Amino acid sequence: MVELSVLQQKFGSELVESTFRENRRIDVPAAKLFEMLSCLKSEHGFNTLIDLTAVDLLEYEGATDRFTVVYILLDIFGGERLIVRTAVNLPDPTLPSVYSLWRSCDWLEREVYDMFGIVFDGHPDLRRLLMPEEFVAFPLRKDYPLKGRGERHNFPVITRSGS
Amino acid sequence: MPLSAVDNLEAESADREYVWTLNFGPQHPATHTTLRLVLTLDGERVINAVPYIGYLHSGFEKLGEHLDFNQYVTIVDRMNYLSPLANEIAWHHAVEKLLNIELTPRCKYLRTILAELMRMHDHLLNLGTTALDLGGFTAFLYFFQQREHIYDIVEMASGQRFHTSYTRVGGVLFDVNTDWVNSVRKFIREFPKVYEDVNRLLTKNRIFVDRTKSIGYLSPEDAVNFGASGPMARASGIERDLRRDEPYLAYADFDFDVICSKGGDCYSRYLVRMRELLESLKIIEQAIENIPSGPVNIAVDSDMVLPAKPSVYRSIEGLIQHFEVIMPNKGYEVPREQVYAATESPNGELGFFIVGNAETRAYRARTRPPSLIHFSMFPHMIKNHQLSDVVAVLGSLNIIAAELDR
Repeated sequence: MVELSVLQQKFGSELVESTFRENRRIDVPAAKLFEMLSCLKSEHGFNTLIDLTAVDLLEYEGATDRFTVVYILLDIFGGERLIVRTAVNLPDPTLPSVYSLWRSCDWLEREVYDMFGIVFDGHPDLRRLLMPEEFVAFPLRKDYPLKGRGERHNFPVITRSGS
Repeated sequence: MPLSAVDNLEAESADREYVWTLNFGPQHPATHTTLRLVLTLDGERVINAVPYIGYLHSGFEKLGEHLDFNQYVTIVDRMNYLSPLANEIAWHHAVEKLLNIELTPRCKYLRTILAELMRMHDHLLNLGTTALDLGGFTAFLYFFQQREHIYDIVEMASGQRFHTSYTRVGGVLFDVNTDWVNSVRKFIREFPKVYEDVNRLLTKNRIFVDRTKSIGYLSPEDAVNFGASGPMARASGIERDLRRDEPYLAYADFDFDVICSKGGDCYSRYLVRMRELLESLKIIEQAIENIPSGPVNIAVDSDMVLPAKPSVYRSIEGLIQHFEVIMPNKGYEVPREQVYAATESPNGELGFFIVGNAETRAYRARTRPPSLIHFSMFPHMIKNHQLSDVVAVLGSLNIIAAELDR
């Protein structure tokens, strides 16, 4: 098990550890994120990125940051799991891409970009994944209404005569 | 074809003029669902494949933020529609972890049996359609008939054949009876014969083996780095099964093997799925004979579960409890916390990341869909294969577009 104190020595004392229902989480400032993730991969055996997702904290009570980005790591041979969280804020929600560490982040980062508008610096092909390319909004943000803003009515339509 | 032999071909063929583009999908019988591939071909050799997904995107995760924990089960049902109940079990597994609910032993056994039936349900279709895409129609029909029996079993338990919406927070919708147990026993008795039939039809079938062996190779290192899980990872020699490594429900009580193969190709994935059918059958067999008696839902006086219908209609306490649970903001306390819980779904690790915000619905309901992770490996796996191998690899990945796009 990776000790918090070992990580704190390397990446500063701002790291916060918490545990909830056997989920062990470490909060890390965005500036130290990439270094810490690559250290976790190379030195502590977290060889798989199980999931990468984000949470929009706009309506979350007591939240000070806008987004939390969540990295769920797994040591596939040892079975240890670790959740690494970091905060990003508007107007420039940018994080370093972990594409060089885990290839599984490829579509996961694209999905987070698509849904939340968080940009991953260094991702080779950061396009929208699920929404069409013409789409302008970020649907999983909390200020986006459930029923949409009518974007679908403005999508270009190819008609039989015009094609 | 081994990849190393053609690596040097790749550089020169990219600027050859006769490289052509083929649009595969979104409506194609071999994709089974709605997904699109843009293939760059040199003759019949695939140089590059670019998948486009999102055709079935219907905002499931957004809906999950607006429906309460019991309502959203109808949506998760529709994610992986080859194993709907497995999704429900995974969803409520995560919700129960957030709320810290310990299920009753009977419910654990019941859910385990259903989860394993769903694993068979999924593998039967996947194996059948893989054979179908490669030209073997008979195996598909044999297996589909067995799926029909599973439909019947599920219908007896929940009243619905397909999108059952059977699980609830802290339990299931109805308890099962002896007839149901007998129908599962009947299925256990009859299945091995069909399994043997298909085994004889496919496993040593020259055409089938030629079409799948050393096709779509995924090395163990890549499987780990690309995040493969479930049969995909196990066919590449990664010995990982959440049922054994992080036991949930009643899996710790049963004796079963984790099926692995070292091949890493489509044929290995076929073999792993085939053997897993028998392992699932073994688990069901042990569970159905030892299913504990007692209540299927957690304590009735708990304010988290819906009371049984007779008590709603006949007692004021039941009616009040029903009302409390159903009405928003009158129900149970949800911690302001985040939780990730995963189950071994037929396709791989199906996890839910739930953020609670003291409401009876999730603040964020993230799905970790195995299909998405597996499909993102596809361009890597198909490179330098023949065009006809596309369907073999697609089949062995078991992509469910509704889960892919959510």
